[in-house]
Amino acid sequence: MSSVLYDVPGPKARRISLIGSIVGSLLILGLLAWIIMTFAQQGILEGRRWQIFTRGDVWTLLGNGLGATLSAAALAAVIAFPLGLALCLLRISDVAFIRIPTRVVLEFLRGMPVVLMMLFVLLGFGTSAFVAVVTGLILYNSAVFAEIIRAGIQSLPKGQREAGLAIGLTSFKSRMLIELPQAIRRMMPSLVAQMVVLLKDTSLGYIVAYGELLRAVQVMADFLGTQFLFPIFFVAAAIYIAINILVSRIAVMIERRGSKKAAGGVAKAEPEKAEAPVP
Amino acid sequence: MDVILENLPLYWNGFLRTLFLSVVSGVIALVLGTLLAAARVSPVAALRGFSTVYVEVLRNTPLTIAFFFAAIVLPRLGVKFEQFEIAAIIALSTYTAAFIAEAVRSGVNSVPVGQAEAARSIGMNFGQVLNLIILPQALRTVIPPLINILIALVKNSSVAGAFFVLELFGYGRQLANANGDAVIPVLLGVAFFYLLLTVPLGILASTVERKVAIAR
Repeated sequence: MSSVLYDVPGPKARRISLIGSIVGSLLILGLLAWIIMTFAQQGILEGRRWQIFTRGDVWTLLGNGLGATLSAAALAAVIAFPLGLALCLLRISDVAFIRIPTRVVLEFLRGMPVVLMMLFVLLGFGTSAFVAVVTGLILYNSAVFAEIIRAGIQSLPKGQREAGLAIGLTSFKSRMLIELPQAIRRMMPSLVAQMVVLLKDTSLGYIVAYGELLRAVQVMADFLGTQFLFPIFFVAAAIYIAINILVSRIAVMIERRGSKKAAGGVAKAEPEKAEAPVP
Repeated sequence: MDVILENLPLYWNGFLRTLFLSVVSGVIALVLGTLLAAARVSPVAALRGFSTVYVEVLRNTPLTIAFFFAAIVLPRLGVKFEQFEIAAIIALSTYTAAFIAEAVRSGVNSVPVGQAEAARSIGMNFGQVLNLIILPQALRTVIPPLINILIALVKNSSVAGAFFVLELFGYGRQLANANGDAVIPVLLGVAFFYLLLTVPLGILASTVERKVAIAR
């Protein structure tokens, strides 16, 4: 698509673009060189600072932190998804008494910072940091899941529900058997993208003193000396980013597979809509 | 309830600080994000590559890591800040810019192909196509997603409270520690001030979405 924005470059444009590329690359390389020079001046690249990674206990602590991160994310995701499903069903209920209060609750949950909910659970109910992190993640993400699934159900053609009701299904059965399976399949990319957000948000546990990866970095830097802060931080950040990129890639893969399947089946009801994940 | 009323000036200070962080970071992120999106679709390969890598890395970085880097690692590397607000603004705006770039890029992709073709056929170059034809239409379609990103930015600014900036969350934490017997009202007060910002923005987003949906 982007190539439609400019003509196929001729020899002159190619030359300009090549020069631009070289200048751009040089600028970026220069920036990198400057960063490395600064690091070298600070003594960060000295071997002895990186030798701590030959010690097993550093890796054990990093591993523990990573385990804490992943277990919080996994538990929160497993609980938040069904909860989101239930909230979604309440949110689109035919009964106004159920629909409107649910809507208020969802708006409230979605409008608050996750870290505030974590602190609320931690201090307000005196739970452990793990419970606080997981509860905060569940509260926020179930609300988001509910909204995503609702958008999926509303994007279905009206006839789906009408046909379901026409063959004698109850409203609830029509939702469960006809609409939800299609809606979830449709919204799969958004749901997986939200899983990445959930995984990223476990790092907020650092703020409520949950022993996740970043907290492990801080603890090790305090314990081993601040000269090791950068090397350990660098490795931990790399681990975090690598895992997130991996999960994002899975989301893209699912999206590709889904769009292949849909291409032969349902005709697109509306033109391409601008969609983007929210941080 | 008394705790909230007694400390209303603190809440108000925190609210203004949160607003300040959000507005400044939001403006920087919008500019940076649009530039990154333009680089992503530009004919120059180096710019495309840089923008792709930037967006991919920052989007997959937890915000806390970005803050940790800006507020704790950078000063150790010799970048000194007068105030921690600057570190917070750096972390928030660089992080949010990646999401804005993605949103604007998907907006560019949603503009019908004929628009760019027509612009090129009357002899416009890349800069003109982008600035005069594509971006004005693209930005319009992405206003709702952009508002949603800005809502997330307001909520994300709460992380600054954990990194030495006294904004709404920072004051809330202080007050909660000082008033151990009234933690729940104190934090509900904080929540109220956040909702004061996020709920109107959310309503604005859905209103704009409905308006734009009819237009095309």
